Amino acid sequence: MTQKTPLYDAHVAAGARMVDFGGWEMPINYGSQIEEHHHVRRDAGMFDVSHMTIVDLHGPDVRDYLSRLLANDVAKLGEAGKALYSCMLNERGGVIDDLITYRMDDNWYRVIVNAATRENDLAWMNQQADGFSLDINERGELAMVAVQGPKARDAVIRILASDDAERASALKPFSAAECGTIFIARTGYTGEDGFEVALPADEAEIFWNQLAEGGVKPCGLGARDTLRLEAGMNLYGQDMDTETTPLESGLAWTVAMAEERDFIGREALQAQREAGVPRKLVGLVLEDRGVIRHGQVVNTAAGDGVVTSGSFSPTLEQAIALARVPADAQGEVTVEVRNKALKARMVKPPFARNGAVCDGIN
Amino acid sequence: MSNVPEELRYTESHEWVSAEDDGTVRVGITDHAQEALGDLVFVELPAVGDQIDQGDSCAVVESVKAASDIYTPLAGEVIEVNEDLDSDPGIINNDPYGDGWLFKLKLDDAAELDDLLDAETYAQQLD
Repeated sequence: MTQKTPLYDAHVAAGARMVDFGGWEMPINYGSQIEEHHHVRRDAGMFDVSHMTIVDLHGPDVRDYLSRLLANDVAKLGEAGKALYSCMLNERGGVIDDLITYRMDDNWYRVIVNAATRENDLAWMNQQADGFSLDINERGELAMVAVQGPKARDAVIRILASDDAERASALKPFSAAECGTIFIARTGYTGEDGFEVALPADEAEIFWNQLAEGGVKPCGLGARDTLRLEAGMNLYGQDMDTETTPLESGLAWTVAMAEERDFIGREALQAQREAGVPRKLVGLVLEDRGVIRHGQVVNTAAGDGVVTSGSFSPTLEQAIALARVPADAQGEVTVEVRNKALKARMVKPPFARNGAVCDGIN
Repeated sequence: MSNVPEELRYTESHEWVSAEDDGTVRVGITDHAQEALGDLVFVELPAVGDQIDQGDSCAVVESVKAASDIYTPLAGEVIEVNEDLDSDPGIINNDPYGDGWLFKLKLDDAAELDDLLDAETYAQQLD
């Protein structure tokens, strides 16, 4: 039995092609995935991300708890409204999920986790709460819409009441504010500026339709995936999972090891760092014609690796990928595609952001 | 609702075949197939001169999300391929039965055409 978001009817009315995504009926596209992709890079697009799970953590121990739970350090969230990207690790340093944490006030933090991992995440979070004084509340009554693109913020600000519009306009990247019944964060997953907005389910369709009237184009999970790949962002379950550490997944920058904080997985990461991290996540740009995909073998001079995410990049107009390869690999590689070895070049992601191809990619 | 032209023959795997006056056939993928695949971004075609058997995987079309094998509906020799698809695979999305054709075959046995589905049977399969 699949679940429907509060925007299900709006998707169908807009001609969406619906698919089962982690138990949710979600739009894959509303026509052309490539047009939706370009619209986000050039103008403004919106995504229904209500399938993701908002979890509110309240209590006097919430900061200490998150300090133990997350590989990144919530102490970096100096003031209310600030957001932090982090992995939640198991004792072996494997990634249980990646998530964004918002500091709402001293005793209230909000985390947003992936749809497909919801059950495991909540079970793990509850299990780790022993000995800490806090409540963990899933906010299933909230819908969430990501509005992304160079014109996205203006489009949202235009439909807000004046006080709220002022607060939303003042938001710096990676920070958030509560504006009446809606929560607005200047975050996203596309490599473009924009907002992620959480609001009561019964207000979602009105908000969605107001944005559509303002020229914001509905975009499906298809475009969301090519945008996030171009932006060099990892997809949980493909580019990282419980068998890989953040150090092997291009996420060393999210692990705060400097201080003496005893977070779950720290020992394993320290041991891996001392022994030498065996693999690294890199970007690939395909030089031969074709498309490279998840699971294909990458041949390098230092040994074989694997494509973790691969697709056609609408912005580059050629195939790109993230791949996990031996730590010593460099330069030219080949990818095994249907018994052929296609030539690819290793690059440092992101591939495209803010409407353009990044330096060093072409 | 997908377009299923009356005059063509079809396979269960969503290829279409058009019998030409000179006894050759043109092969492509159906409107239903292109719609299901989404934006096409790469096509790998057989080589002119290839001899292929009915049901062989002889081409690949790739959309943004996935690669799909194309099976030849009939046995024969590849006598022409649609080179325009190299630079613009999206032609298949825009005109699957016209400019978006994939390859032409000289048939080994024209009687095999009768094995294929007619438009009505193919359309029923889509319901």
